[in-house]
Amino acid sequence: MAIKAKHQRLVLLAIALVVLIGAALLAAWALRNQASYFYVPSEIVADPPSPDRAVRLGGMVEKGSLRTEPDGVTIAFAVEDGNARVPVVFKGIVPSLFVEGSGVVAEGKMATNGTFVADNLLAKHDENYVPREMQNMTDAQARKVVAETK
Amino acid sequence: MHGFANPARFLRIARWLMPLCMGTGIVVALAALGWGLFAAPAERLQGETVRIVYLHVPAAWLGMAGWMGIAVASFTELVWRHPLAGIAARACAVPGAVFTAVCLITGSLWGRPAWGTWWVWDGRLTSMLVLLFLYFGWMALSQASEASDGGQSRAPAIFGLVGAVNIPIIHYSVTWWNSLHQPPSITMGKSAMSAAFLWPLLFAMLGFTLIFAGVVLARMRAILANQQAEARLRRKALAEGDL
Repeated sequence: MAIKAKHQRLVLLAIALVVLIGAALLAAWALRNQASYFYVPSEIVADPPSPDRAVRLGGMVEKGSLRTEPDGVTIAFAVEDGNARVPVVFKGIVPSLFVEGSGVVAEGKMATNGTFVADNLLAKHDENYVPREMQNMTDAQARKVVAETK
Repeated sequence: MHGFANPARFLRIARWLMPLCMGTGIVVALAALGWGLFAAPAERLQGETVRIVYLHVPAAWLGMAGWMGIAVASFTELVWRHPLAGIAARACAVPGAVFTAVCLITGSLWGRPAWGTWWVWDGRLTSMLVLLFLYFGWMALSQASEASDGGQSRAPAIFGLVGAVNIPIIHYSVTWWNSLHQPPSITMGKSAMSAAFLWPLLFAMLGFTLIFAGVVLARMRAILANQQAEARLRRKALAEGDL
């Protein structure tokens, strides 16, 4: 009898856990767009947010796109995700990890001319950790060395 | 199963296992931190700030491991009524909360130079903060049930299981949602982290995990000793009442 009660508890608890995990997964699924910290360029291009709405734009700083405006404090660059690109302007001090080809999250608004006006920039680094000795290598070379040392 | 349920047997094992875990843990963790902070190289883009990883990642792992410990103990308590399960869950809560707090603090200190911000309400950061609040809630509930009915209540165990839902959310937050936090560097069998960072990090994780185990065993011994002392006092009071 004691064994039966134990098994009953085990089965009930297993069912409760399955239901709980299912509910959590459904909630996470429902949140999949709302809980994202930023939009990628293809989402912005496909469905441009209205100019009065503050949004975050995240992606890679397009190589060769970064330039400083004549006033010396405004920078212009493009954020791309491989499918689309969005031009961005920003006035202020950039984080030290902000370089061409690296990840960035820009907070700001979409101007009516299709340019994203950022009022804050956050640098986003990737999951690759490479020693400083390899800094003169290209990203592809460095990644290859890391892959070989695992 | 019930062979290990015997508190006397557990105490016999814990008496030598606790100092063993604690001792090796402290030695390994200090060696790994020394290695990471002084011998390991600086990172290509992040420079010297990368060294905070040797504290941040072990703390994040143990903050989550602490709740997984609570969840497994809660499951064992609810199904098998294992006498040590509730005690094990209570012993995991404080070190788990401390490591979660260390993870949040070191993460914030790291976020400033790396991302340019102390804090963002991003999926990973927010779910980790929720974990800290879950620990606080669990400790309050467990203490309340202890005070009201001597720990007979199953409420902390149910809370422990329900709260475990947050653990996969923390883990997958960076894959499910666009996040400022980068995806995991170390996944099953492969690493996007160069070996020069990976080895000291793995040793730091091992060292802190052993310290965590030592703290849990020490706290379990203390809780058992407390219960025995209380039971003895109660028996004494009863015996004196009979006279």
